[in-house]
Amino acid sequence: MAANTNYEKYRSNGTLLGNVLEWVDARFPATSLWKAHLSEYYAPKNFNFWYFFGSLAIVVLAIQIVTGIFLTMNYKPDGTLNAYGIPTAFASVEYIMREIAGGKFIRYFHSTGASAFFIVVYLHMFRGMLYGSYRKPRELIWIFGVLIFLCLMAEAFMGYLLPWGQMSYWGAQVIINLFSAIPFVGPDLSLLIRGDYVVSDVTLNRFFALHVIAVPLVLIGLVVAHILALHEIGSNNPDGVEIKKFKDEKGIPLDGIPFHPYYTIAHDLPATVIFLFFFCAVVFFAPEVGGYFLEYNNFLPADPMKTPPHIAPVWYFTPFYSMLRAMVWNFFWLDAKLWGVIAMGGGVVILAFLPWLDRSPAKSIRYRGSIFKTLLGIFVVGFLILGFLGMQVPGYLFFGRSWLPGDVIAQIFTVYYFLFFLTMPYWSKIDKCKPVPERVTFK
Amino acid sequence: MKKTNVVKFIKRLAVIALFAPLAALASEGVHLEKAPVSTDQKNLQSGARLFINYCLNCHGASAVRYNQLQKIGLDEKTITDNLLFTGEKTGDLMTVAMSREDAEAWFGTAPPDLSLIARAKASESGSGADYLYTYLRSFYRDPARPTGWNNTVFANVGMPHALWDLQGVQTLKETTDDNGHKVQELALSKSGTMSKETYDQAVADLVSFLVWMGEPDAGSRETIGVFVLIFLAGLYVLTHKLGKNYWKDIH
Amino acid sequence: MSDQKVDSERRALILATSAAGGVAVAAAAVPFVASLAPSERAKAAGAPVVADIGKLAPGEKMVVKWRGKPVWILRRTPEMLASLEKVADRVSDPASEKSDQPDYAKNTARAVKDEYLVVVGICTHLGCSPSDKIKPGNAEGMPADWQGGFFCPCHGSQFDLAGRVFKAMPAPTNLEIPPYTYLSDTSILIGEDPKEA
Repeated sequence: MAANTNYEKYRSNGTLLGNVLEWVDARFPATSLWKAHLSEYYAPKNFNFWYFFGSLAIVVLAIQIVTGIFLTMNYKPDGTLNAYGIPTAFASVEYIMREIAGGKFIRYFHSTGASAFFIVVYLHMFRGMLYGSYRKPRELIWIFGVLIFLCLMAEAFMGYLLPWGQMSYWGAQVIINLFSAIPFVGPDLSLLIRGDYVVSDVTLNRFFALHVIAVPLVLIGLVVAHILALHEIGSNNPDGVEIKKFKDEKGIPLDGIPFHPYYTIAHDLPATVIFLFFFCAVVFFAPEVGGYFLEYNNFLPADPMKTPPHIAPVWYFTPFYSMLRAMVWNFFWLDAKLWGVIAMGGGVVILAFLPWLDRSPAKSIRYRGSIFKTLLGIFVVGFLILGFLGMQVPGYLFFGRSWLPGDVIAQIFTVYYFLFFLTMPYWSKIDKCKPVPERVTFK
Repeated sequence: MKKTNVVKFIKRLAVIALFAPLAALASEGVHLEKAPVSTDQKNLQSGARLFINYCLNCHGASAVRYNQLQKIGLDEKTITDNLLFTGEKTGDLMTVAMSREDAEAWFGTAPPDLSLIARAKASESGSGADYLYTYLRSFYRDPARPTGWNNTVFANVGMPHALWDLQGVQTLKETTDDNGHKVQELALSKSGTMSKETYDQAVADLVSFLVWMGEPDAGSRETIGVFVLIFLAGLYVLTHKLGKNYWKDIH
Repeated sequence: MSDQKVDSERRALILATSAAGGVAVAAAAVPFVASLAPSERAKAAGAPVVADIGKLAPGEKMVVKWRGKPVWILRRTPEMLASLEKVADRVSDPASEKSDQPDYAKNTARAVKDEYLVVVGICTHLGCSPSDKIKPGNAEGMPADWQGGFFCPCHGSQFDLAGRVFKAMPAPTNLEIPPYTYLSDTSILIGEDPKEA
């Protein structure tokens, strides 16, 4: 009779540890979870550089959770002025930085972690586009991923209000006012988000609650769903072929290797150490990164009476912020402000439709034609330029040349961004693909 | 000395690698002079004295405690005897005696807290130190202003020239150059108690102190960082070898 | 993994990497554990405080806040000091052998100058602050043979006028004496040992 329960399957080897494990296995699927997700999860053996970023995102998530917990022990979400005329929240961040032993490192790890999170997630998403990881049957993995990205944006946005500096304050003011562009319900919606007529202590308190518990819970749930969906289907790979097509007599994919230890230790661990090296280089030597990770104006306490001369979101939001600013035309009976909001939100949401927009016979860029390669290249450059322009004041000129107006260039690349996706069903089909091999290529 | 060089190198490398392309495109703003920022304790101490004597009457530094000044080599007795106002303890915050209401009445706006000013004033035009160094040397006489002072870096500033007895009085001369650009030039019309060189050095010390105050332990952060990076480099060698060893199973 | 041959190089590398990883985790834990300790603000708030005892009348008690805790200063009359001898056989640690006090206050009166008792007003049982029962006899609701002292309302521990706990009480030791030093005859610095000590 075949073994059915975990108790029957996983018997002790007689050692004390084995006995304990047997006891646990009879009551909790410890060994079977370990096998299903690590030691007997077979991943394609041809993973490359681009496959580091999923694991690294988990590393950053862990850093953010641990440092975040310790920050909440001393941070005070209080917008009222203290005895010295400084908002209590702002002062409590400096209190952590100066008066708590080790507090400075905890805070810099958290602030650097926010930017690092977006770096690894952007690269992780780009990997998906390179190798067609969103294609059938991995649509749901991709959609969970887009939801994670949305959650991450919400988390970062609300977290950025907490230091209660000038950029925190006016950034939140501007972004919350975006919602007021939505017809009919907009103005009331902004009011409900703020809980006050302007961003205030009330807003700070609710953003704190959302940032430290509500959004992280959703985020962790989505990460679990993302990984469960991935492990159900199996990982894609740089060749974009299914390794489950060719299995040995035991049912193990011929081109698959156990995730543990070959990817955990052999592949991801050294990569994690390299990542931590760069991460620590930032934390210990340049935590502000020239005003990109910690904006200079955010060292001034929030002042509801005075807007800084130039406000820009943190770098990870700027591509989408550029799309917002690029919309200056009223059309289809909707005004430009609403189109800006639609562009900004649509820029993220459109990603979720990628699995159905791409009609190419090949998944991986290795076997796709020149149309895809060219358009994707322009897409990446355009996205970076949008990101750069989002940090500049309106009216920016490249190299100071009047024939390189930033505003127009942002409009061009915003339109390109959407056309790239919307015309994809057409050009992905006519692109000349190379024949896709049956098995993965492995040197 | 060696360590700071390593630190500087790593810093520069990181910033260049990450943001060189952006920096190249960034636009130019007001011209700021490069501040000779020092981390030498002697300069920081002299800056601390200037700060407490000249700035702390109106500006607070409410994130800093007096006893933190021990980190720049002042002992507790010196702090108590020379730097504290009567009734203050060394553990007290460097707060300002003036009430915010009075300040707003006198200057139109409460003078900002200076704990973080050197970090807040950084911009594409230069570091916060560059800004402060230029600003504190750019006050000039302007009878049109209520305080009688104006500033070429911060036009119509509410703050009077607190250090004027040291620097003396400057006047502004505006000319137009050959290209039609306006040129602002400051000239000393009445000398102060310090020569130009001594005053520049005093401002440099003060600015160095303000930079120090922005993050009092920045030096130890970088020292620890060197060890962390060396350790991680070693750990990488180990994990890389371990990875290679495992990977040889895969054919 | 048990089902494959683990070569000796791999074993050595696993060992070395685990050891280095352990060091890394321990080092990373340092700032987090350190952050739990009292901050600079707490330390500044816990700095020594000066108490002016010039106006304290004989038999009166004043309270000073030091490190957020009540510190009592009781100016004891000769009768009060005499009561300490009377209860010596009824207190559990008459010579303060097991109790917390600076060496210069380890005597019967538990004080530098017998007249002034300086003591932390926190019960050594579970941290409540005992109430004054300074008057002898049943004037303050204590038994008739009460010589004067303190009574903890939480769990009933009784202390004499030197903060010594009576036998068979929940509190294990006498009330704590903080470090203190006389700046002059009328002022005490609480929280710092005398310079000579």
